[in-house]
This record gives sequence, structure tokens and C-alpha cells, in this order.
Amino acid sequence: MSTHASHKKRSGLMDWLTTVDHKKIGILYLIAGGFFFIIGGLEAMFMRIQLFKPENDFVAAETFNQLLTMHGTTMIFFAAMPLIFAFMNAVVPLQIGARDVAFPFVNSLGFWLFFFGGVLLNLSWLLGGAPDAGWTAYAPLSTTSEGSGVDFYVLGLQISGAGTLIGGINFLVTIINMRAPGMTFMRMPLFTWTAFVTSGLILFAFPPLTIGLFMLMFERVFDANFFNPDNGGNILIWEHIFWIFGHPEVYILILPSFGAISEVVATFSRKRLFGYSAMVFATVLIGFLGFMVWVHHMFTVGLGPVANSIFAVATMAIAVPTGVKIFNWLFTMWGGRIVFSTAMLWAVGFIPTFVMGGVTGVMLAIPSADYQFHDSYFVVAHFHYVIVGGVILGLFAGLYYWYPRMFNRVLNETLGKIHFWTFFIGFHLTFFPQHFLGLMGMPRRVFTYLSGQDLDQLNFISTIGAFLMAIGTIVLFINVIISTSKKYAPSSDPWHGRTLEWAIPYPTPEYNFAQTPLVRGLDAFWIEKAAGNKGMTPAEPVGDIHMPNPSILPLIISAGLFVAAFGLIYDTMTVVVIGMAITFICMFLRSVIDDHGFHIHKEEVEEDLKGVKL
Amino acid sequence: MDAGQRLTDDNFPEHPEKATLEGKNKFLGFWLFLGGETVLFATLFGTYLGLRHMNMDGPSTEELFKLPTVFLATMLLLTSSLTSVYAVLALKQNRVRTLQKWFIITLILGLAFLGLEVYEFMEYVHEGHTFTSSAFGSAFYTLVGFHGGHVAFGCLWIITLLARNWNRGITLVNAPKYYLFALYWHFVDVVWVFIFTVVYLMGKVG
Repeated sequence: MSTHASHKKRSGLMDWLTTVDHKKIGILYLIAGGFFFIIGGLEAMFMRIQLFKPENDFVAAETFNQLLTMHGTTMIFFAAMPLIFAFMNAVVPLQIGARDVAFPFVNSLGFWLFFFGGVLLNLSWLLGGAPDAGWTAYAPLSTTSEGSGVDFYVLGLQISGAGTLIGGINFLVTIINMRAPGMTFMRMPLFTWTAFVTSGLILFAFPPLTIGLFMLMFERVFDANFFNPDNGGNILIWEHIFWIFGHPEVYILILPSFGAISEVVATFSRKRLFGYSAMVFATVLIGFLGFMVWVHHMFTVGLGPVANSIFAVATMAIAVPTGVKIFNWLFTMWGGRIVFSTAMLWAVGFIPTFVMGGVTGVMLAIPSADYQFHDSYFVVAHFHYVIVGGVILGLFAGLYYWYPRMFNRVLNETLGKIHFWTFFIGFHLTFFPQHFLGLMGMPRRVFTYLSGQDLDQLNFISTIGAFLMAIGTIVLFINVIISTSKKYAPSSDPWHGRTLEWAIPYPTPEYNFAQTPLVRGLDAFWIEKAAGNKGMTPAEPVGDIHMPNPSILPLIISAGLFVAAFGLIYDTMTVVVIGMAITFICMFLRSVIDDHGFHIHKEEVEEDLKGVKL
Repeated sequence: MDAGQRLTDDNFPEHPEKATLEGKNKFLGFWLFLGGETVLFATLFGTYLGLRHMNMDGPSTEELFKLPTVFLATMLLLTSSLTSVYAVLALKQNRVRTLQKWFIITLILGLAFLGLEVYEFMEYVHEGHTFTSSAFGSAFYTLVGFHGGHVAFGCLWIITLLARNWNRGITLVNAPKYYLFALYWHFVDVVWVFIFTVVYLMGKVG
């Protein structure tokens, strides 16, 4: 019955559209996330150009509202999230010695849902105006917003959110069930640990967003009354639901960056990570506390001193495990033979930058002080210090570090360092002055300001910094383009890595590990190298390897929802029915067609092994 | 052994739903999914609790709810959970016809529950309690409707599963699928127990 179909080789575009290989899906996430990062970056540039002098008229006020909404939404959901999933896909299965994720089909579905959600949201620019109620979409601003911008926001996030949720479940199962022999939980590399905790946060944080978005959609499309006080509704329900999702979301973003930094710092200090178990504990604790601090976004709402105090204390408590991490990175470097590669520069730049964001975070956690800071540029400065200075710097460190593994090329170190210095200096130039702008009373989300209020100079400096960041990003893209040249093929194990992903030959075989490796301790590959072994000790003889079949269904399932979303936005029920029918028929096909995958035969694997140069 | 092969009593594993890595992965993944579903319904319950007295000019919960109908619906759904347990017992004993029989009874009970729910909603609309009439209406229909949607999806699921595997016996491929459906069905049932308590009983006496 389940005959093993011979290996279906697909070529070119079809291969990428149907792939279920975690390595290729990682690359797809990286490209799509990079694309949305550019779009979000352009939106930021337009805002900074508008604000570079008082009473500027580069963009209209309405356009500015759309720009700030789309910048936040794009950067959080369609740049940072996919970039995190890019590295989780590219690295986690390799780090735990697995041949793929637990559910390769679902992995592909997760990517396409995210992709179509992002495309849907961004199409709003061309179809009558982007959403303009802020990335937080507070009611009643969002429920009464004219045009269909907010509908695009709701449905774009709904579709991509479903993709993120199933991606999170996939990585939880992968990490729990698919570790190689000997890879106990306390031997997992820290990046895998952070991916694990982040996936747990996704599992429990995204369903509230799903429900919140449903309510907002029902309110706008079907005239529900959740947030309509005239009919008994309560606008605070949206704020609570949004931040019950929204606060864990920022930890979802930062934890994998912490993980990447931990790998980079240990590798380039030529030492094992200081305080590994404390790092694991701190990661779990941050994840846990992340769920009980959401009210610090709502201190000025008036929930009363008791609620505010409890959430203030919980918020400040998060500084403790975060501090543990900072000190452990410093102690890892202490006495190490530090190599200042580009990846390491990003990691070293990350530490003080993130500490500054953390300090303003504790300042904002004091409710009485927050009444002053709230909705000012001080908040803008704070969250850019933690999200750009934390998440993005960590992701850049990870990019330079794992690029050889993902693309079989190294990035040019000189260009990498130019990228680092322009971006890093540009970042501080942009956001450091914004602390003071906030303290001087400049509110966030305003499209202009008057001269003669001492706001001119700092805004001007901030815009200059934004241009430096843009130049840095352009340098990165030049670097990526020239890395396609053969000159940049990586040497074996380019960074003297410590973990399993570096124990694999270049290019990474489709099945990752010809033989599942036996893990004998933390920093599994380092242990083998220290013992004088060339590679990992295998845990099994060479044999047939079972592989999943590629499938086009994930793309069509996602496209069906994309079509249905247009029906909802333009109130055309036929289109909704057609879209949902496409999705459900594909799900039905997936359910009834037996798909047992195929085998790569022992002989082929042996052939591959002969050509291996480690 | 081929995972798609019909199992015999001789090679029947103790836990056919977890005998392969795929089965183990699905088992764990589905439990985690139900964890996410729990948060999803918790959000709906929280919203409902915040808005349940906001009935504006429409009927209040005391005037609206008729416990006999709801009690009957509850009994139907609880019984369907029991019959799905019998189906899983048959699964573990490699008795595929018994499994099919119990799942069909489960399906019929689920459909009867849905019928009652539709009838109940129609009654409410007649009495002026609609989705748009008040915040209470929106919260009520969203919470109870989400649950009803889960029951409907479960019905489609078990129909597909039974039809596809009607003549295939129990295999290592379909055993996890049967098992997960039963897990899902129990979850939907537990959510209903909470709806019965929080929405209907508290609506009558709260």
C-alpha cells in the first residue's frame, strides 16, 4: 500500500514553492523577512524625513498615521518574527541532531500563511490606504477608522498569526521529541533553549491575539459591540487582550536573539558559555514572568494603585534574570581569547545597547513616573533600544554567524564591519536623542512639531542617524550580493564552532546527518574536537533515510485564506466562500491522500559520505 | 514493518497511537495545540464575563436561558464523550468495527447537539437577543458560537476519518488520527461544561 515513491526531483521555482525542507524554509523566511524589513525601514525613513525640521510637509498627516502604523506592524510581525523563524528553522534541527522538524508539511504551511498575511497587509497601500490606528489598533480608533485599512490589518495579522502559532507548536514538538541520542535538555545549545521557550510563549500568547482580532473583525464587518460603549461594550477589553498577547510577544522576539548572542559570544571567546544552567533558568524565568506584566502598558488607564503596583513589581522583577544573562555574557568573555569577527562585534555592541533599553524599561515600570513618560518619545526611544538594539543586533550577529551554514558562503568581514559601525552609530544617533525629546514633552505619533520648543536640533540629529542606519543596511545587501561569488566559499568549520550544526559537511546534505550523532555533553562538537576526533561519533549505522515529500498544498491553503480575506474586506460573501472552499478542499486532500514520503537509500548516503570533506 | 499495514492481533502494540515517531509527534503536538485552544477559550470567557450584564434593552440572562434545553444539550454532549471513550477502547483492542460503531454514535450525538444549539439561537433571536443587539449579545454568540464551530468541525473531521479508513482496519497511520479526534472531542466537551456553568448556570443565579 504505502509504496515508497521514488525521489521526486523538482527544479527551480517549483522546488522552492513546494519545499518542506527546514533548511530551505529557513532561507524563504530570511528572504521574505528581509524584504519586509526593507519596506518597514523605508516607512521609518519617510517618517524621519517628515520630522527632520519643524512644520515639514513631506507627507500629509493622514499618510503619517499610516506610515507609523505600518512601520510598527511590519517590523514586529513581518520582519522580526520571520527572521527569528528563519534562524530557528535553519539552526534548531541541526543543533539537536535531527533530520528535520517534527511536522515538515506544517512548517511549510506556517511559512506560506505568514507570507500571504504580509502581502495582504502591504497591499493596503495600493488599495485605498493602509491602516492608521497604530500597531496597537486601540478601540475605538480602530473600530471607527474610515476606509478598509484596519480590515487589512486584522486579516493580515490573523492569517500570519495562524502560521506563527503552528510554527511554535512544531518547534516545541521537534525539540521535545527529535533530539539525538545523548542530547538531554541540559545539553541543548542555548539558541535551541531560547527557541524552545519562545515557542512556548507563542503557543500561549497568540491565541488571545487571534480572539482579539476576531472581535475587531466582527466589530467592523458584522457590527458587533464588544468595544462600543454606546451598546454596552468596553474599549478596555481590547487593550487587555492586545497586551496579554503583546507583552509576551516582545519576549518572543528577544529570547532567540539572546540565544544567538550566547552562541556567538561563547564561540568567539573560545570558551564554554559561563553559567549555562543559570542562563537556561533565566530564559525560562523571563518567559514565565513575561505573561504577568502586560498592565505596565496600561498604567495611565486608571486601573488603580493596587493593580499598578503589582504589575510594576512584576515588571521590575524581569530585570533580575535579564541581568543574570548580561553578566554571564560578560563573564564568558572574561579571560577568553576574543576574536572580534563581525558576528562578535554585533554581540559586543548588543550588550551595552540592550542594557540601556533595560534601564529605561525599569524607569517606565514605575507607575508614577510612567504618567510622565507615557505616549512620549521616551517610550519610542525605550522600545527601539530593546527591539533594534536587542532583537535586531542579535539577529545580525546570528546572520553573520550562521550565514555560512545557510548559504555555503561567508560574508565579507570588511563590509560586515562597515555595516556594523554605520548601523550601530546610526542607531544611537537616531534613538538616544529621542529620550530627551520625550522628556521635553514631544508626544509620539505626531506628524509634526512647532519650532522654538527646543525640539528642532534633536529631531535633526535623529534623522541623520536614520540615514546612517539605512546606509549600513545597504552595505549589508551589497555584502550579500557579492557573497554569491565562489571566492566566499567557507573553509571547514569557519568559526571553530562548538555545537552540532558545524559538524556537518558543506553543503548541508538534504538529510542533515548521514548518521544520527551521539552527543556526549554540552558543546557536543567541541568535545569531539578536543578528544582529537574528526567528526561526531555516530549513534547508528548507515542506513536508508526516510524523507517527507514536497507539497504545493501549503501554498494553496494559504492562498485560499488570502482570497477569503478580500471577500471579507470588500463585503462579498461569494469570494469568502470561494476562498474558504479552496482552503478546506486542500485540507481535505491532505487528509485523504496517503503521503508516506520516500527513502534515500543506503547506497546514496554512502556515496555522499565518500565525498565528504570536513 | 510498514506503518500503513493493517495490524493483526499478533503484532498489535500496546499503544498503537504512539508506536511510531510520527504518532508520538502528533500526540504531543495535539496536546500542545489544545493548550493553545484553552487560552483561546479563556480569552472568550473573560470577555463574556466582562460583558454579560450589558444586555441594554434586550432580555437579561435570567429571562433568556431555558435550562431544560441546555441541560438536554449538555447530556447529549457528555454522552458523546463517553461513546468516544468506548471507541478508543475498541481501538486499543484492534476491533475496528466496534470503533466505527461508537464513533458513528458519537457523531450522531454531536449533530443532535448542534441541532439543539441552532434551535436555541433561533429562539433567542425571536426574543430580541441578537449578535448586534448589545455587547452581551456579541460576547454570548461569539463564545457559544466558537464552541459550536468546534463541534461542527469535529463532525466533519470524524466523517472524513471514518469514510477514508472504512475498509482499512487499524494501522499505525490511522490509529493516532482516531486517538487525536477523541482527544479533541473531550476537549470540546470540557469547554462545554464550562459554558454550561459560567454562561447558563451563573446566568440563572448570578
